Amino acid sequence: MAPPRPVSLDEIESIAIGAWILGTGGGGSPYLALLNLRRLYREGTVVSLMDPADLADEDRVAVVSNMGAPLVGQERLTDPRTIAQAVRMMEEVIGQRFRAIMSLEIGGGNSLQPFMAAALLDLPVVDADCMGRAFPEAQMTSFAIHDLQMYPLTLVDVRDNAVVVARAASWKWMERLSRTACVAVGSIASTCKAPRTGKEVRECAILYSTSKALRIGHAVRAARRAHEDPILAVLALEGGLRLFAGKIQDVDRRATEGFLRGTATIDGLDDFRGHTMRLAFQNEFAVAWLDEAPRATTPDLICVIDTVSGDAIGTETLRYGQRVTVIALPAPPILLTPKGIEHVGPRAFGYDLDFVSVFAGCVE
Amino acid sequence: MRRINIDVGGTNTDAVLLEGDRVVHAVKTPTTPDVTTGIVSALERLTASMPAGTGAVDAVMIGTTHFTNAVVQRRDLTPVAAVRIGLPASASLPPFEDWPEDLARLVRGEVFMVEGGHEYDGRPIVPLDTAAIRQAGRRIRERGLTAAAVASVFSPLNPTCEEEAARILLAECPGLSVTCSHDLGRIGLLERENATLLNACLVDLAGRTTRGFMEALIRSEIRAPLYITQNDGTVLPAEQARQFPVYSFASGPTNSMRGAAFLSKRDDAIVVDVGGTTTDIGALRHGFPREANNVVEIGGVRTLFRMPDLLSLGLGGGSLVAPEPLAVGPLSVGYRLTERARVFGGPDLTVTDIGVAARLLELGARERVADLPASLVERTLARISGMIEEGVDRMKTEAASVPLIAVGGGCFVIPERLAGVSEVVHVPHQAVANAVGAAIAQVSGEVDQIFQGLPREEAIARARQLAEERAVRAGADPASLQVVEVEDLPLAYLPGNSLRTRVRVVGDIASDSSAGR
Repeated sequence: MAPPRPVSLDEIESIAIGAWILGTGGGGSPYLALLNLRRLYREGTVVSLMDPADLADEDRVAVVSNMGAPLVGQERLTDPRTIAQAVRMMEEVIGQRFRAIMSLEIGGGNSLQPFMAAALLDLPVVDADCMGRAFPEAQMTSFAIHDLQMYPLTLVDVRDNAVVVARAASWKWMERLSRTACVAVGSIASTCKAPRTGKEVRECAILYSTSKALRIGHAVRAARRAHEDPILAVLALEGGLRLFAGKIQDVDRRATEGFLRGTATIDGLDDFRGHTMRLAFQNEFAVAWLDEAPRATTPDLICVIDTVSGDAIGTETLRYGQRVTVIALPAPPILLTPKGIEHVGPRAFGYDLDFVSVFAGCVE
Repeated sequence: MRRINIDVGGTNTDAVLLEGDRVVHAVKTPTTPDVTTGIVSALERLTASMPAGTGAVDAVMIGTTHFTNAVVQRRDLTPVAAVRIGLPASASLPPFEDWPEDLARLVRGEVFMVEGGHEYDGRPIVPLDTAAIRQAGRRIRERGLTAAAVASVFSPLNPTCEEEAARILLAECPGLSVTCSHDLGRIGLLERENATLLNACLVDLAGRTTRGFMEALIRSEIRAPLYITQNDGTVLPAEQARQFPVYSFASGPTNSMRGAAFLSKRDDAIVVDVGGTTTDIGALRHGFPREANNVVEIGGVRTLFRMPDLLSLGLGGGSLVAPEPLAVGPLSVGYRLTERARVFGGPDLTVTDIGVAARLLELGARERVADLPASLVERTLARISGMIEEGVDRMKTEAASVPLIAVGGGCFVIPERLAGVSEVVHVPHQAVANAVGAAIAQVSGEVDQIFQGLPREEAIARARQLAEERAVRAGADPASLQVVEVEDLPLAYLPGNSLRTRVRVVGDIASDSSAGR
């Protein structure tokens, strides 16, 4: 069994870039979490990354995420102390110590939350998450697809308010109860989700997704340094598909039932000239239509990337005139099972479409 | 109405005299290190051209890049006491986070972090710790600091913590200049605080510079109210403007765009300002530059406040042209055009040389570029045309073709036909469009706030009313107010139909306004 390996700040910078791409438009920018980690590393912290294979069956793993509105997060800035506090509280609730910490979602800012907690708690981060991307709701995880227990949950804010959701009748109830508490403390809170055993993580988590974010971010930065196309580098590395390239023609956003819903229309450029892609989003990009025919749907990762810089573009920062490339990256296999599709397929987002992977027929 | 407009750039001080909407005279003089002398000599040349006894000047507008340059060049900056209100929230990322270290070293006087601040819905996070503010005030006095920047969590929604803190600080340190973040800005604590810190470190310089401007007017025997041009194309009376130097950061390009609107009599167009080294592309909406709604970096610091949305390309009259493989810019010979360009006998092939060879302009000696292959000239112009076309397309907010107004010394490179452009408009005095720009003396008011539980129309109406109140406070004639920008963004996760609404209004300066005198 190898000891957890130390992660350098340079690697964390890469994780932030890769995680923003894996966020498929949602999950919030990792910028503020990255600033926290730069500060922690300046003070001498080094966080280690643990191979999930090295978890013992009975080890306890904390699953963390920052919950709330990205806009509130721009004023009440994410703080390692609250996320660490959520983990400590969970230890009190279950009366056991955690062996390691992992992320709820590798997409966006939550990719770095376990690193922030781990820095203060002196625990390693597990190289895994339970979405393999970003999704808006609690039941959209590999743990939910595996029918693991969804409680307890701890939620803390900066004022020393804390809530334990001791039980919930379903994942949807867990989402509803925790969301209500989150709104009450100002629509931003640090949460520790239902604790997992080492065995559950090994069998039900999406493994090595932290390494995946790192690898993607690394490729983008290397391509930039070499003045090569960062998007091609990502596609080659992950076996992705270039779905479309063009210019944002229209963005229509509206907030309904706690989601940022909307559509973006892209006019084709270069080899896509004369064609149009329409993207529908619910925090994350959910469906892409090419000239009115469905081209890609969730859970395949639909990522919108600045054509020149290779930086991901969030659904909140889409703007008319941006030059973008739309790519698809393969989803973790668990999300592609019939049960997975039930939880995170197009119908889970209200689209009356069958899921057909853009990678169907592709040879692995 | 007779106005003088002065644009104090890093290299040149441009001044124009306007009679109504007619440019009577324009002069260009070198900018002097003390600023004042350059303005005085520009005014001397300008007033000398006025027939004696033709009446007084009604207003003088000055736009300057002085403050931006101070930040970029790290000079004349005052150390600042940063007061952050919001604990226990946002504790791990104190003021000056992510600043370039050389700049932070100059500006960071003291950092105080205090309990207080608000939630997104206006509830307090915790009560403001007034005792801690008082203590900070005493420490500021002991340290002899002269400027403070106060930033409180969600202050754009509820400014009371910042207002209370400013009162206490002033009571403890009379004469302290205090910048509050809600006066500058947008939601986004770090970026708003950064703008506030930059402003605070420039207030001393702004005071001295404004006094210099006033002295120049006195020495030139001009008795007229003085206004300073702002990032959004409006003006503020000098006495108010000196409190907010960051609001004049981008007044140069903004003045060009306003000048283009004025000279072309167009309110909605794309403006392409081609200088010696760069091309600035912006969009005019209702005669004003469209605002940036994203982070703008100044001297390496991320800020979010009222700035025009500009796209800068490394393309200008002095840009270097490499034939094989063809490359245009971003390197430029800049102000050394008259030594370096081929048409002046220099060694470098520049965009200006290509323009002369293509007979787009008369400059220097054409025979010196007679040997340029026609295909090179043609390919270079095609490349430039492509660069401008793409830039224009990026800045357009609609698919329909729009008019393009060409200004700046290098605007000969703009072709008459461009994709997505309905017509290319050339204007008289285009080389001094920047100096003409601030001539339309209007003031503005802006609101950027989250509204809850209100229908969209009502939220916008409420925001408009607040923006109008602010404009009137800045000296606008209430009868002349008009809305120039409305934007709304629904917010995910926030309850009760939350809508972030931004409204900006402008109006003419009230005739009885004595603010500028």
